Amino acid sequence: MAVTTALPRDLDAAGATPISYWRTVAWRLARDPATLVAGALLGLIVLSALLAPWLAPYDPNAGSIRLRLAPVGAPAHVLGTDEQGRDMLSRLLWGGRMTLVAGLTPVLVAFVLGTALGVLAGYVGGLTNTLVMRTMDIFYAFPAVLLAIAISGALGPGLPNTLISLSIVFVPRVVRVAESATVQVKSLEYIAAARASGAGVPAIVRHHLLANVLGPILVFASTQVSLSIILAAGLSFLGLGVTPPAAEWGLMLNTLRQSIYVNALVPALPGLAIFVTSMAFNLLSDGLRDAMEIRT
Amino acid sequence: MSAAPLLEVRGLRKHFPLRSGVLQRTHAWVRAVDGVSFDVYPAETLGIVGESGCGKSTLARLILRLIEPDAGSVRFAGEDVRGASADRMKRLRRDMQLVFQDPHASLNPRLTIEDAVAFSLLVHGTSRAEARERARALLGRVGLEARLYGRRYPHELSGGQRQRVNIARALVLDPRLLVLDEPASALDKSVQAQVLNLLADLKAERALTYVFISHDLNVIEYVSSRVLVMYLGEIVETGTADALAQAPKHPYTQALFASAPSLDPDRRLERPPLSGDPPNPIDPPSGCRFRTRCAFAMPRCAETPPALRAVGEAHDVACYLYEREAIVGAPTGCTHSGPGGDSDLRGGQSNEDGTRRDLRESRAGHGTRAPCG
Repeated sequence: MAVTTALPRDLDAAGATPISYWRTVAWRLARDPATLVAGALLGLIVLSALLAPWLAPYDPNAGSIRLRLAPVGAPAHVLGTDEQGRDMLSRLLWGGRMTLVAGLTPVLVAFVLGTALGVLAGYVGGLTNTLVMRTMDIFYAFPAVLLAIAISGALGPGLPNTLISLSIVFVPRVVRVAESATVQVKSLEYIAAARASGAGVPAIVRHHLLANVLGPILVFASTQVSLSIILAAGLSFLGLGVTPPAAEWGLMLNTLRQSIYVNALVPALPGLAIFVTSMAFNLLSDGLRDAMEIRT
Repeated sequence: MSAAPLLEVRGLRKHFPLRSGVLQRTHAWVRAVDGVSFDVYPAETLGIVGESGCGKSTLARLILRLIEPDAGSVRFAGEDVRGASADRMKRLRRDMQLVFQDPHASLNPRLTIEDAVAFSLLVHGTSRAEARERARALLGRVGLEARLYGRRYPHELSGGQRQRVNIARALVLDPRLLVLDEPASALDKSVQAQVLNLLADLKAERALTYVFISHDLNVIEYVSSRVLVMYLGEIVETGTADALAQAPKHPYTQALFASAPSLDPDRRLERPPLSGDPPNPIDPPSGCRFRTRCAFAMPRCAETPPALRAVGEAHDVACYLYEREAIVGAPTGCTHSGPGGDSDLRGGQSNEDGTRRDLRESRAGHGTRAPCG
C-alpha cells in the first residue's frame, strides 16, 4: 500500500522494518566503548605489523656493537636498542608480524578443522561421536603448554612447526565447543521441523545448524588467540619457535632477559607488546560474545 | 467412519535405551510407546490425551517417522511409512506435517519467519521467488501480514505469533494430515482460543485431518471428534468425544474428567481424584499399568494386561471391569457408584464421594474392591 511508503523513517524502524542479524551485532558493538577501544588498538597493532617494512626506521637485523642496550629515548633510537645494538622499534614492528601470524594461524586452522569435526561428531552422534571425542580427550589430557612444547620439540624449531604444534593444541578445544553447541542445537524442535519438511542433512546443517553454532564457536576461538600468541612467544622464548635472528616478541624477550639488570625498560617492551595485544584480543572477544548473543 | 482410514497405526512400539557407564551398556529401557494401534479417518480430528510423560509426543514423532519405531507399522493413505525409501519418504513428508509444542524452540532464531516458512518449499524444489510468495500469502492467512511481519525474527514475536508461524510452516507444503503436538499448551488462555479457532478454520478451508495431542481435556473435548486416552505408553480408552465426556469407562479416564476444573462451584472437588505420579515407564507395573493408582484394582489386574474391548458404538476400553459387559454387549445397571454405570462422574456429588472413598480405602490397604456385577 502507498501508506506504508509514506510512513516516517523512524516509525518504520521502530516497528515494521527488522534489522538483520549482522547489523544488530554491529549496532551493539558500536555501543560498547571497551570493545571499541580494544578493536581500535588491535587494528593499530595489525596495521603497524603490516606496514613494518615502511614504518621501521632501521633494518631489524642490523646491529651496532657500539650502541648496545641504549635506553628508551636515546637519540636516533626512540625505544632504545637490544643487546646487539639493533633498533628496538624496528624489531618490535617486524616482530609483530611473526607474533600475529603465530597467534592467528593456529586458531584459524583450529576453527575450521575443529568446527568440521565437532559438527560431525555432534550431528552424527553414536560411534562417530565417541571416536572423535575420545581422541580429542587424549590431547586434552595434557596441559596446553606441555603439549605445545612436546610437539614442537619433536618437530624441531621454526615457524611452520610452531604453527603445526599450536594447531594441534587448539583443535581439540574447538571441537569440544563445536560438539556441545551442535548437540544442543540438534535437539531443538526447529531441526526436527526441518527434518519433517523433508530436508536432507546437508540442507539442515547449512541453513539451520551452522547458522546457530558458528557464532559461539567464533567467540570461543577469538578467546584463544591471546593464548596462542602467548604460547607462540613461549615456544620462541624456549628456542623451539622462531629462530634467531628473526624478530619475534617471545624470542626478543628471551634474548633480552639477561639485560634486565642493565636496563630494565628495554627488555620489558616485547613483554608489554604481548600483554597489550593479547589483552586487546580478550576484550574484543568478550565484546563479540555479548554482541553476537542470539536472542531467542 | 466407513471411509478408508487416512492413517493406520498398528502395534507401534518405541522403547528408549538407558545407557550408562564407560561402555554405554544398556541397563534399562524406557517404554515410551508400547503397542499402540489406531486409525485416523479423513477430515476428522483425533484427540490424544494423557498425562505428561505418557508417550504422546513420542507417538507424534513416530507417526511422522522423525524417530524410528522398534515395532509396528504406520500406513498413510495405504502406503507404508516405515518402509518408505528416502525418495518416497520425502514425498510423504509433504502430506503429513507436525506442529510443535514449544513456540520458542521450534523456530530457527537466525531465519526470518518468511524464510522459515519458505524453507520447506525450497527443500521440495520450488523456486525462490515462488516459495517466498507462497510463504508470504500463508503468513497473511494465519494472521501475520507479511508486509509487517515477514522479515522479522522469531525473538521479535510473541508466543502466539510464533505458534502461527509454526502453523504456517506446517501448512505451506499443503499436507493432508497435521499432527499437532500440544499446539496451544504453552500459550495463555485467550491466545490459546485464537490459535484453536484458527486451526478449526484452516481445517475446514483445506479439508485437513488432525491428530491433536494435548494434556488439556477441555481443549481435547473442544476440538476432537474422537478421543484416544493414553496412559504410560498404552491406549486405555477410545471413543467419540461425546461418549467419553458423558460416560467415561476406564477408571483413568474417569479420574481425568473428574480432575478437569469445573466452572460450577457445586462440582468442584476438594481433593484430587487421582493422587501421585504415574509409575516410572522404565519399569511399568505388571498387567494393567494403571492398577497402582486404580481404586478398583483386582488381583487379576496384576497378571495380564487387559485388551481393548468394545463397550459401545466406537467406544473401546482396556479394563477388566467391563469384560462381562463386553460379552453381554449391553451396559449393566450398576448397584453402587463407580465405573460400570453410565453415570457421569462429574455429574453427581454422591458419585464423587463414592470415588473418593474408594480411593481412600485402597490407599489405606483395605484390600481391593470388587466391581459391580
